[in-house]
Amino acid sequence: MRHAFSVRIGPIGFRIGSDWRAPIATLETLYRNYPGPRDGVADFTVRLFARRPWRRFVRPSVEIGGDYMLPEAAPLPLRQGLLAAEMAMNLQMALGVRRYLLLHASAVERDGHAVLMTGISGAGKSTLATLLAARGWRFMGDEFALLDPATGLVHAFPRLISLKNEGIAAAEAAWPAARMGPLLRATPKGDIRHMVPDARAIATMDTPATPALLVFPRYGFAAETRPVPPAEAFVRMTQASTNYVALGEAGFRGLTGLIAQVPSVAIDYPDGASAIAQVEALWSAL
Amino acid sequence: MPDALYRGPPEDGLLIAPLDAFTAVYHRASGITHLLTEPAPQILAILQERALSLDSLLDRLERDYDLADGTREALAARLDELVEAGLVARL
Repeated sequence: MRHAFSVRIGPIGFRIGSDWRAPIATLETLYRNYPGPRDGVADFTVRLFARRPWRRFVRPSVEIGGDYMLPEAAPLPLRQGLLAAEMAMNLQMALGVRRYLLLHASAVERDGHAVLMTGISGAGKSTLATLLAARGWRFMGDEFALLDPATGLVHAFPRLISLKNEGIAAAEAAWPAARMGPLLRATPKGDIRHMVPDARAIATMDTPATPALLVFPRYGFAAETRPVPPAEAFVRMTQASTNYVALGEAGFRGLTGLIAQVPSVAIDYPDGASAIAQVEALWSAL
Repeated sequence: MPDALYRGPPEDGLLIAPLDAFTAVYHRASGITHLLTEPAPQILAILQERALSLDSLLDRLERDYDLADGTREALAARLDELVEAGLVARL
């Protein structure tokens, strides 16, 4: 590829190649404090390419590819190149990771213990993790928590935080000095802005944590907290894991171990401040 | 015609994790995870030891697990479900 960039996020190394300079330049800027892949060898390769040579210039649109591909993925306009890179990196993770049980969850840590927050897009995973980090929690990731079935520990994956819609202003208010990517308006997921995790999150990304609490947040409802029975939590987490089936026995052991080990709680919340109070109250009661 | 015998997977063929009223069961041969409620985990445990007829299984459930409230018809229906799920073979 004409332009390339390599980075390591938590235990996963990526190499991103692109037909265009612009997305690579943005990635280099935003990921400048991250290390490169271990031993220089990336786990996954991502490609941002033009389907036809002239589409590099005429209404440039980014196709995403790599070791794993989704044939029906629609191309994105070049101005959303950063989102294309993010989606492509997520796809490689979702389909390719075998060493960890991949949980579609954000995670924050305190005193070596982690809170995992999982839910559908828009549930507030990224925003809640970002707001909790502003209150002294260590940010571990806003998209994937990596559960090691052999140890039961979760490993951090602090990629750029993908803020959406109302979450953008909330995170900017909590982290006024944070470095931000360009505001991407009207993407398939709404308005998106990427935020660089704080320096501590990056510096400590190789330190795993013991899961302590599993939270199922839901945004836009009156504040309410209810325990989630283990079987329901188990089923929801099999759905929230992109590689549960692929991992087979290790996935089963990892997930049943997690469910047995930590309480699961659903929280409905009307705004960020309320959610923070709910999560911290649950934490204090552990 | 002799009664059909039912047989479960070999002893190391399942991973079993009780959750609450549900028990998660990983079937090694298929790689499929099942969520089962009583008396299915008990049926599997008995049929993993040896193949049994419906009546013998009913006796064992009553004796070993005090599951005396089930009827023969109800047990036959549970067995059919386990056969359908691939966890029990009808011989």
